Amino acid sequence: MAWVRDQIDAVKSIQIRQLLIQAVSLGMIVTSALIIWKALMCFTGSESPVVVVLSGSMEPGFKRGDILFLHMSKDPIRAGEIVVFNVDGREIPIVHRVIKVHERKDTGEVDVLTKGDNNYGDDRLLYAHGQQWLQRHHIMGRAVGFLPYVGWVTIIMTEKPMIKYLLIGALGLLVITSKD
Amino acid sequence: MHSFGYRANALLTLAVTILAIMCAVASFSDTFNSPSPTAEIKVVNIHRFQKLSNGNDEVAMVLNISADLQSLFTWNTKQVFAFVAAEYETHKHVLNQLSLWDTIIQSKEKAKFSVSISNKYRFTDQGSNLRGKEFNLTLHWHVMPKTGKMFADKIVLSGYRLPEQYR
Repeated sequence: MAWVRDQIDAVKSIQIRQLLIQAVSLGMIVTSALIIWKALMCFTGSESPVVVVLSGSMEPGFKRGDILFLHMSKDPIRAGEIVVFNVDGREIPIVHRVIKVHERKDTGEVDVLTKGDNNYGDDRLLYAHGQQWLQRHHIMGRAVGFLPYVGWVTIIMTEKPMIKYLLIGALGLLVITSKD
Repeated sequence: MHSFGYRANALLTLAVTILAIMCAVASFSDTFNSPSPTAEIKVVNIHRFQKLSNGNDEVAMVLNISADLQSLFTWNTKQVFAFVAAEYETHKHVLNQLSLWDTIIQSKEKAKFSVSISNKYRFTDQGSNLRGKEFNLTLHWHVMPKTGKMFADKIVLSGYRLPEQYR
């Protein structure tokens, strides 16, 4: 309780100059996070350099809550690579493995078929109605690196928004009340 | 300076930093492993070779695959995804890659194997170019680490040829 009382006292004792400093430091935190994200976008060439695995379709390799680092280069797509793709009419991108590739000689366009390692059949059932193949523009990037469990933070936050608000509130309070 | 909040914060920061460094070191240690896998693939039998009603050629075959991928495993290896793909060129396509069979290997003991299988995924061309076609059978592997960078490589086995006639 003493801690809480201290915090309240700290809030009360804020002066205008201190308030400004704190606003600036809060702004610094937000902007540096944004800078890191945008820099990652530049380096990896992918519009979302990090994705969280949401389903178990790639188990036992990737479990729900794992984080994947994506890279989008000009290199042609080849069988065996794990790609993240968007399907028309589906909001959430899918992370699956390429099992078939047909690359055209004249235009260089590719037809790609994917499959989840843990799924029985290929992904034609997941594609838009009547779609047989994925093309280059469906693919957002290929997975190059892997970090386990870290993605659970975002899964919990999106599924339980209360926790998110609590966390943001607590962090905000900490920043405001901290005395440098 | 010595409040509970500061101490908790310092402890958490230190723990996360150490964990991150350990992950990076584990991933980096994989680069010292120089694997030397071996593979041998035989086409035992081509038991179906036909033109489908949509005009595409389809082949069904029995393969005998023996491989030793044990040297790919390190302490940071979670699994090895291995697959055999048929690869060939046609007048319309620079490259056709068709995965025929795949397996997930989760332990070093199971990384040396010899199996006889018929193709798990359909060997279907985009068109009817398969009669008398020469093709490669390639064993690919993708190593999934416990944490860090994934890597992949392959062994290309060439000199396979499909029959001149449908059967």
